[in-house]
Amino acid sequence: MLELDQLVMDFSGFRAVNRCSFKVGEGTITGLIGPNGAGKTTLFNMIAGALVPTSGKITFEGKDITGLSSNALFARGLVRTFQIPHEFHRLTAMENLMMVPPRQPGEKLWANWFSWRNVCRDEVEVERNALEALDFLGLTHVAHERAGNLSGGQKKLLELGRTMMTDAKLVLLDEPAAGVNRTLLRKLEEKIAILNRERGYTFILIEHDMEMIEKLCDPVVCMAEGKVLIEGDFQTVRSDPQVLEAYLGERSEAA
Amino acid sequence: MEWIGLLNYALFMGIFIGIYALLALGLNIQWGFAGLFNAGIAGFFAVGAYTSAILTSAPADGRIGGYDLPFVIGWIAAMVAAAAIAWPIGKICLRFRSDYLAIATIGVAEIIRLVIKSEETLTNSARGIAGLPRPFGEWPYVESQAAFLVLVAAIVLVVYLLVERQFNSPWGRMMRAIRDNELAARAMGKDVEYRRLEAFIFGAAIMGLGGALFAHFNRSITPEAIDPMVATFLVWIMLILGGSGNNRGAILGAAVVWTIWSVSEIATDQLPHEYAVKAKYIRLFLIGLLLQLVLRFRSEGLLPEPLRGDQGNSGIDRERSVQS
Repeated sequence: MLELDQLVMDFSGFRAVNRCSFKVGEGTITGLIGPNGAGKTTLFNMIAGALVPTSGKITFEGKDITGLSSNALFARGLVRTFQIPHEFHRLTAMENLMMVPPRQPGEKLWANWFSWRNVCRDEVEVERNALEALDFLGLTHVAHERAGNLSGGQKKLLELGRTMMTDAKLVLLDEPAAGVNRTLLRKLEEKIAILNRERGYTFILIEHDMEMIEKLCDPVVCMAEGKVLIEGDFQTVRSDPQVLEAYLGERSEAA
Repeated sequence: MEWIGLLNYALFMGIFIGIYALLALGLNIQWGFAGLFNAGIAGFFAVGAYTSAILTSAPADGRIGGYDLPFVIGWIAAMVAAAAIAWPIGKICLRFRSDYLAIATIGVAEIIRLVIKSEETLTNSARGIAGLPRPFGEWPYVESQAAFLVLVAAIVLVVYLLVERQFNSPWGRMMRAIRDNELAARAMGKDVEYRRLEAFIFGAAIMGLGGALFAHFNRSITPEAIDPMVATFLVWIMLILGGSGNNRGAILGAAVVWTIWSVSEIATDQLPHEYAVKAKYIRLFLIGLLLQLVLRFRSEGLLPEPLRGDQGNSGIDRERSVQS
């Protein structure tokens, strides 16, 4: 579904991602792990169109998408979340979700003056979907709260919720569990699994929580210093000496 | 006859509050909805004022224009011209981060002012354009003022309703989302550059209308009227004091600030002549002080930005209950 070919990203002399290649199959949840500064988020930014790779090629559903803008990629069903929550802080939680669907008739200036009925009809639909998503995430009680006032974990859930408001095919989750308490974390895992199973979302997941990776992800890709170290199922990656050295650092224990 | 004087003064003040309310609403679209720091309001105000002046004034030698058209056409043209000027400016400047946008728009407004000041054939340079038709101008003085006030108030009401509708609509929601977090809005598939341009042009058109009303109320327009102090910064203070992101706040801010601005002039005029001229500057100080106090103690303005869209009190919900 997604294919990365020899991706390179240079930041004025510093090579954050170095010849990175791997494939993501449809319907999988691919885990992306690695130490801080391994280039995981940079890789995400390139896939999602926030950064243009220095060289290399990204193919999505057989088409070259290298260097496309993030709003163009969104239209193709490639949606991302952020490591640090990027909520719309002065909008309510509900509005945060309702703004997502593409091509809403009410997004045209003229339509709001001249075909208001039509806009309202669409709004009813969008609102129902948003309420459903909030219910699914257990955020109904804060629906009319400004998103800026939500807790860190709730903002993370809200980000996941935004991906539910469109026909996403590939969802990039950047550390969805960071800063989320254990109970909420289990819930988050569950939600991701359901979305994968029932809606057919393909996920790529950056995460440091190994429990979550173990539960959800197959395959797992481990990066270090901008390169892919190894790719495989969780057990293979986990027991790989290189990975232990570079990231997990529990050689004696695991061996 | 004292009360006639007072009434006249009140009418005069009301008309100016209406004109400034339009400018503040225009700025609210740009800053309150879209987060665009436009510090060149005077430029769009001037384009609107002069466009209408050129189209509606009587023919004159050595000057383009003087088409003697009805004022309604002049006013519509003023909006179109301000929007048309905003388009290339927005295309170039909206790529800048907000603080650079402010500097760029100040520069553009100054360029517009200098062009107007020196362009003899188009704007009659420093002498300006006089003899503009004023709606109800042929009526007796007080009635004419009152009728003009009613007209201005009606225009403000219509513009308010149009802008308010946008604020509550998916368009407004998207604009506020872009304002709050550009990166995330982009990741959610929104075309940030295009939408910003839309808001910039929309706001500029309303500023142009404000300029046209101003010119026709005075029956003339001169480059002196495009002073950035009164045409740009006063409007900013109105919006910030009234509450950016709130259309009613924009109108309230215009009323409060203009009242202070105008009444303080009377107060300084009571002083002996040698102080009266100097005392005018205390008004600037007063306005500045007011702004400081608002920012310190009520930074969201007198009427803060309301929660929108999903609150059960929005236009959309009302419409829905009608349908069901």
